[in-house]
Amino acid sequence: MKRLIEGVPLRGLLLLAVCAVLLIAAPYFVSDYVLSVLIIVLYFAYTGQAWNLMIGFAGLLSLGHALFVGIGAYASAALFIHYGIGPWAGVFVAIAASVAAGCFIGYLGFRFSIHGVYFALLTIAFAEFTGIIVDHIRWLGSTEGFFLPVSNRQTVDLLNLRGSQAMFYYVILGLTGAALVLCRLLLNSKLGYYWQAIREDQESAEAIGVHLFRYKMIAVAISSGLTGIAGVWYAFYYNNLFPESTFATGKSIEIILGPVVGGVGTLFGPILGAFILTPLGEVLTSLTEGLKIDGVKQLFWGACVAAIVLFRPTGLWPWISSLLGLDPRRDGDKR
Amino acid sequence: MTASAALSIRGISKHFRGLAAVTDVSFEVPAGAVQALIGPNGAGKTTIFNMIAGGFKPDSGAILLDGKPLVGKRPDEICRAGVGRTFQLVRPFNAMTVEENVAVGALVWTDDLDEARDHAVGVLRLLGLEDKRFALPGNITLPDRKCLEVARALATKPRLLLLDEVMAGLRPTETDRMVGLFRDLNASTGLTILLIEHVMRAVMALSHSIVVLHHGQVISAGTPEQVTRDPAVLECYLGEEAL
Repeated sequence: MKRLIEGVPLRGLLLLAVCAVLLIAAPYFVSDYVLSVLIIVLYFAYTGQAWNLMIGFAGLLSLGHALFVGIGAYASAALFIHYGIGPWAGVFVAIAASVAAGCFIGYLGFRFSIHGVYFALLTIAFAEFTGIIVDHIRWLGSTEGFFLPVSNRQTVDLLNLRGSQAMFYYVILGLTGAALVLCRLLLNSKLGYYWQAIREDQESAEAIGVHLFRYKMIAVAISSGLTGIAGVWYAFYYNNLFPESTFATGKSIEIILGPVVGGVGTLFGPILGAFILTPLGEVLTSLTEGLKIDGVKQLFWGACVAAIVLFRPTGLWPWISSLLGLDPRRDGDKR
Repeated sequence: MTASAALSIRGISKHFRGLAAVTDVSFEVPAGAVQALIGPNGAGKTTIFNMIAGGFKPDSGAILLDGKPLVGKRPDEICRAGVGRTFQLVRPFNAMTVEENVAVGALVWTDDLDEARDHAVGVLRLLGLEDKRFALPGNITLPDRKCLEVARALATKPRLLLLDEVMAGLRPTETDRMVGLFRDLNASTGLTILLIEHVMRAVMALSHSIVVLHHGQVISAGTPEQVTRDPAVLECYLGEEAL
């Protein structure tokens, strides 16, 4: 507990508490439409946080995180549809499967010293061909899609994750909060220090005793496991899964946009980025509805990323937090 | 735990493609000694350091730390075996504070972050960097960054410290301070030190013995007095006026 809030200025804690209260109370005063947008925001905040753990903390670039969402989603959906096993049990299988996939990719990458952008290509390849494999598995619905039975959305059946929008909202809000706490604790632990050292300079890190392979694998395992959990939520929220849309590289890119805009390597960057991009994208889509412009949201997101890369390459959060006085860094000091 | 470790280099060679960087080099660093490795640029000094620390694997020969072979181990295993090293070009973790940089080193022997940070503060105090501990490495001077490099290696509690040109680029007063520091460390803890250095002022003040390399081979070895009078060394490295 001490480590959780250590070094955070009081006004930062207050701001966080206000945001938390607002988010918890949101379902009681926003419209169904706004709630559905908030749900997507939180989904991207959570998956962005999970992705950020790999690239932002340990410096490992994945462009295939849709793979872990897909594995988690298909694993839990298959258990539910074929065997009637609920999501709370299925989530463990989903985590195990995602972590196994992550570790396999990590093993290939780190064992054979595939770095940086080549490692990213490896992650894309795995996501893409897993999509193609699922395309050909009838047991998983193949190209026609995999559907969960849609039930009454008014009653809340938390055990089977069947129920209203608000229930899904609270589940993803809880996950986002938990991921934030987890990442904060990890960053301020031996693991976090070792990850940052690896990110900054592998050779230096190794020379002072950091077992590169082990600590990179741990980063990949935690990140893929967290993302797999998001997959379970995704399957039960949307009730339908299609291989080409679930595993597509575009889906992976959507996950990384939030952290890139908000600030890679920061704790609040992924959350901030999701809260900026998703609502703006939604507004833009609804504004241009009559015009029937395909891909207007993607075009807008592309422009956002270009602007960030040009003007705030470290993302918005470091800038905003210093504007708000949340970052007590002075005269080049970081406290 | 003893702070001293003896290093034994036995006939190591290293070729890069057709280039023989190091050829059949052997020397001993007794436990508790301060020994310098000198020679012209390209003599193979840093290559030898990299072979000791696990960066390169020698083509042949053996490297023993207290009689245990190091060849074939990973750099992090060699660090855990008790070898600390600095890099010729400083390589700090730029996004982490000075204190965090050093704490990473201490985490090799403890899992407790508070203990690692406390130890880091102690090491920084020893090196006179305590007041810079919240600074980022990019915001401190080059001599301070060199100190940080040393602090990070010391935080791993090495029994053998490899120093690769830590005095280069320092002013004479700073050099003397560093020399004093290593001499104290060696005297108080018995830490074995092997240093690559071009600053002869530091080499002469610090080392108990010197090994001279030229074209990847040992051309002279002995006490500082013996080595600096050796005609072969004068010819290829120090020059006549060094006397």
